[in-house]
Amino acid sequence: MELVQMQKSLQDYTKSLFLDGVLDSQFLQLQQLQDESNPDFVSQVVTLFFQDSDRILNDLSLSLDQQVVDFKKVDPHVHQLKGSSSSIGAQRVKNACVVFRSFCEQQNVEGCHRCLQQVKKEYYLVKNRLETLFKLEQQIVASGGMIPAMELGF
Amino acid sequence: MALGDLSSSSSTSELHVLAVDDSIVDRKVIERLLRISACKVTTVESGTRALQYLGLDGDKGSSGLKDLKVNLIVTDYSMPGLTGYELLKKIKESSAFREIPVVIMSSENIQPRIEQCMTEGAEDFLLKPVKLADVKRLKELIMRGGEAEQEKTSNLISPKRILQNNIFFFIIFFIITITIIFIV
Repeated sequence: MELVQMQKSLQDYTKSLFLDGVLDSQFLQLQQLQDESNPDFVSQVVTLFFQDSDRILNDLSLSLDQQVVDFKKVDPHVHQLKGSSSSIGAQRVKNACVVFRSFCEQQNVEGCHRCLQQVKKEYYLVKNRLETLFKLEQQIVASGGMIPAMELGF
Repeated sequence: MALGDLSSSSSTSELHVLAVDDSIVDRKVIERLLRISACKVTTVESGTRALQYLGLDGDKGSSGLKDLKVNLIVTDYSMPGLTGYELLKKIKESSAFREIPVVIMSSENIQPRIEQCMTEGAEDFLLKPVKLADVKRLKELIMRGGEAEQEKTSNLISPKRILQNNIFFFIIFFIITITIIFIV
């Protein structure tokens, strides 16, 4: 595939993530913080997010599987995940966490289980999409090209 | 340490910021936001670690950890253990560090919380996720606060000098007038 074509594909793909609401403007903020001195900043932060989220989701699953659910333990985990997803612009994960927290407040175990599934679904979606995005970027860089700056024409 | 003295007494334009956040993702982001805004950054993951870094935890031996003077503390509000608010209180209670501006960050826009922090002496309250514009604005605020101290003395000099010059002319004019009256 030609370099120009690859760059166009990347732009279209990135744009689709914003249009689908998977990512929000905070992701653009992160991209603004990336430059020649820190060329891998975004992927570094996102990798940290993946590692942190895997841990949190695991803890949440364990907490909700207890005979008696301790919501004092569940809520801080959800709050953490809400915070980190918000910091990288993973909008749908963040929104799912907001709903999750309201069920925690109501101490609704059934509701919380459903929310956890929803959060996991959104998380794996954004993880998948971002991994694809980084692969596209790597292909461009490997072909000697530059990552095109995100145009905010939408 | 001599190096520490140099950096605290000189009017360098680089701020040293202590960033406190229990989230590893947020620490990475705030560190980059601050570095890109030409600040030196030290990040810690809890209020307790922040107090240790400042040497406020009662352990005399730990005060040697700090090699640079801290000009600004930015802390998350909701943290396990010591909250950002409690950290703010401890800093304002200490005679050594109460002058250091403290900024609170939170993902929740809770008015009573904001008021509580501002009343306790917080410099500002940032809503997460923190953006580059927030950090730039904050840096300007802090720098202006430091420069205002220097400006106070320099501003007194120029208008005073102008006033002195004016008085000089008035006196000359007065003397000439009196002289003319005497001659006439």
